[in-house]
Amino acid sequence: MNLSSANSPQHPILQKLEQARCHHSQVRDSNITLAHGSGGKAMRDLIEDIFVGSFDNPMLSELEDQARISLASLITFGDRLAFTTDSYIIDPIFFPGGNIGNLAVNGTVNDLAVSGAKPLYLSCAMIIEEGLPVKTLRQVAQSMKTAADVAVVQIVTGDTKVVNRGSADQLFINTTGVGIIRKGISLSAHNLQPGDAVLVNGYLGDHGTAITVARGELALDSTIISDCQPLNSLVETILDICPEIRAMRDATRGGVATVLNEFALSSQVGIKLKESSLPVREEVKGVCELLGLDPFYLANEGKLVVIVPQSKAELVLAAMQAHPAGENACIIGEVIDSPSGVVFMETLFGTERIVDLLVGDQLPRIC
Amino acid sequence: MKYVTEFRNPAKAQALLTEIRRLSQLLPINSAKPLKIMEICGGHTHSIFKYGLETVLPESIELIHGPGCPVCVMPRGRLDDAITLAEQPDVIFTTFGDAMRVPGSQKSLLQAKAQQADVRMVYSPLDALKIAKENLDKEVIFFGIGFETTAPSTALTILQAKAEGITNFSLFCNHVLVVPALEALLSNPDLQLDGFIGPGHVSAVIGTEPYQIIADKYHKPLVISGFEPLDILQSVWMLLQQFIEGRCEVENQYTRLVNSVGNRVGLEAIAKVFTVRDRFEWRGLGEIVQSGLKIREQYAQFDAEVKFVVPNRQVADAKACQCGEILKGVLKPWQCKVFGTACTPENPIGTCMVSSEGACAAYYKYGRLSILGKPSQPKKSQVSV
Amino acid sequence: MCLGIPGQIIEITDLQNQLAMVDVSGVKRQVNIACIIDDAHPIESCVGDWVLVHVGFALNRLDEEEANETLRILAKITQ
Repeated sequence: MNLSSANSPQHPILQKLEQARCHHSQVRDSNITLAHGSGGKAMRDLIEDIFVGSFDNPMLSELEDQARISLASLITFGDRLAFTTDSYIIDPIFFPGGNIGNLAVNGTVNDLAVSGAKPLYLSCAMIIEEGLPVKTLRQVAQSMKTAADVAVVQIVTGDTKVVNRGSADQLFINTTGVGIIRKGISLSAHNLQPGDAVLVNGYLGDHGTAITVARGELALDSTIISDCQPLNSLVETILDICPEIRAMRDATRGGVATVLNEFALSSQVGIKLKESSLPVREEVKGVCELLGLDPFYLANEGKLVVIVPQSKAELVLAAMQAHPAGENACIIGEVIDSPSGVVFMETLFGTERIVDLLVGDQLPRIC
Repeated sequence: MKYVTEFRNPAKAQALLTEIRRLSQLLPINSAKPLKIMEICGGHTHSIFKYGLETVLPESIELIHGPGCPVCVMPRGRLDDAITLAEQPDVIFTTFGDAMRVPGSQKSLLQAKAQQADVRMVYSPLDALKIAKENLDKEVIFFGIGFETTAPSTALTILQAKAEGITNFSLFCNHVLVVPALEALLSNPDLQLDGFIGPGHVSAVIGTEPYQIIADKYHKPLVISGFEPLDILQSVWMLLQQFIEGRCEVENQYTRLVNSVGNRVGLEAIAKVFTVRDRFEWRGLGEIVQSGLKIREQYAQFDAEVKFVVPNRQVADAKACQCGEILKGVLKPWQCKVFGTACTPENPIGTCMVSSEGACAAYYKYGRLSILGKPSQPKKSQVSV
Repeated sequence: MCLGIPGQIIEITDLQNQLAMVDVSGVKRQVNIACIIDDAHPIESCVGDWVLVHVGFALNRLDEEEANETLRILAKITQ
């Protein structure tokens, strides 16, 4: 071949090669290999096909190393930036009511929302175990997109790493999120005052129970599904009707009991709950009775605790109940001045007991 | 929930409490020295704290929380042995969740797992057998803990393993027996107990007859009780009736589950697979004769103590620990020198702090309100002993 | 000491190994029911029975009449 003529940009072979390099090809492999994390063409194909293809927004499609967000557009929403990050590891990655993808979106959306922020943009970093079916990854990415659409946020930047088999369990996802806190809102675990009402937006322990059952180790069968859902719209509704909300937190790992203990310690107040008003599904109760667990410590992925000044409690409750993410909302207790730093429960019998922080995970027990 | 909800009725409980208060005034003892009733079973302790029953009983009745938590009474040496087994190569060590966090002298099973041991939590010994069938290249050991309630399940599992010709499954047997432990407590001269709430689920297996010795020889009344709050309150009421009428009998409140002779199939399975050990060490109580079960020689192929080299470590209870006194009813949990300071649920020293069913752990978790001195709480903590 | 919870047998799942599906508040788990089978209660007759479930075994059968009797006594005490 005549080299000088082949070097000419017009040469048909080079044109073909150039086309191939630019071609946005689909991932044809059935499983993820180390090549998909190598930085080469396979990785580019993976990113373009699965992530850019699924997440589908102009900021991501630029494929720069960073998303560029206009400050002017942010400032219209409020006066402070909320910024959070969380990594998602879950076994199994698909479970009744969701998968690791929508969990990773909703979890970070909720962490932003409970600060009073409007969640806007997320990042998505994936650590993929070699061998993961491409189909699985595609499914996860698509449910991330769906979750992002429902929550009205965009996934604007990301990263992909592939690790050797055994170095990760199928798929780990980190999402980082930014949102804007509206003016005049100041929610904090330090804000609780005696007399405030403690509200939750529905049944407790669904997610933890669904995962325990889905893991299959305990050979249980149930119809409980995870409560995985975005809470930002509900939070907006709450703040619209009552900007004086003291504090909010989503009750994920450790459940509502853990959140309330953190609140009580931060604000140096006591929190008194009424056992009879705790919303727990019969099936969740059944799993808890069988395994000796306490639903109050079980994880949720779509539940928040709201601390409301007493005078606004009924108003906020009604607004929550009118929202699809808060249909079963209820008042579960009140803030009192002492004993400080302690959460306790008025039992069905009118007696009292302490609801303490857990030492570690709840483990199923036989005695 | 049938058989549960109706026994948790708060209105009925209030009425029952009123009746208990009335009866307690008829007691032929003076109120400076309260009536001490021991609930033997950790399940009862759990219910008592969960429903706050202790705080609503009259001051003249004091509940003493007994040694009925099988994980708590396991001596540290046995846990060390379990951990040694778990750390053998090619072993999958299966256990109920309860035993995961219990500290041996060096570490817990949870820590051993973090250091590479293959420790798996199961809900049932049958699940452990299933793991054995699915992992023929591994030896699967099941950590058998529990009183007579749990012993039939492990016995039946071994019988099934034998019937199916499974060779890679064995049991590290630590089953213990209730009545010998009670007798050991009752033989102690320090003991300050007036009567017992008997363990309902153990009794479902052994029946009510084995307790007769408690009434006949030791002259203490005993009422076998269910686990719901109304069950427990009714049992307290039945004990009060016995005290007032000067009776000393074994009575059965839990008739919906417990009969006089127990469960025939369960007892037969226990007798077939297990035999009584000469002695077994209990954390906090020391060695008790004929208080534990071991696997019979005919089933030695399923006995982890035969199949593997078990170090049989003897580790003395921690010196600072006063669990023995607490179990005997001589001390209340918060009167122990190390309660809540050196001994906490995160770093338990003694048996009573080990599992959430232990008397000290239950106090630590649920009972601190009275120690915190909440005005609405009866000042139980001021009762001097 | 021993966690046990009432459940209802809804189906015999394995005749030979004496396994049955038990429903506890809508949650299902296969349990071994060997302990509640005897001449008076052949395995086929156990569907519908309430049992106490402990570590994957039916420990004993719950007796509805006795439960009602206990409730009746309770009612009488508190009259």
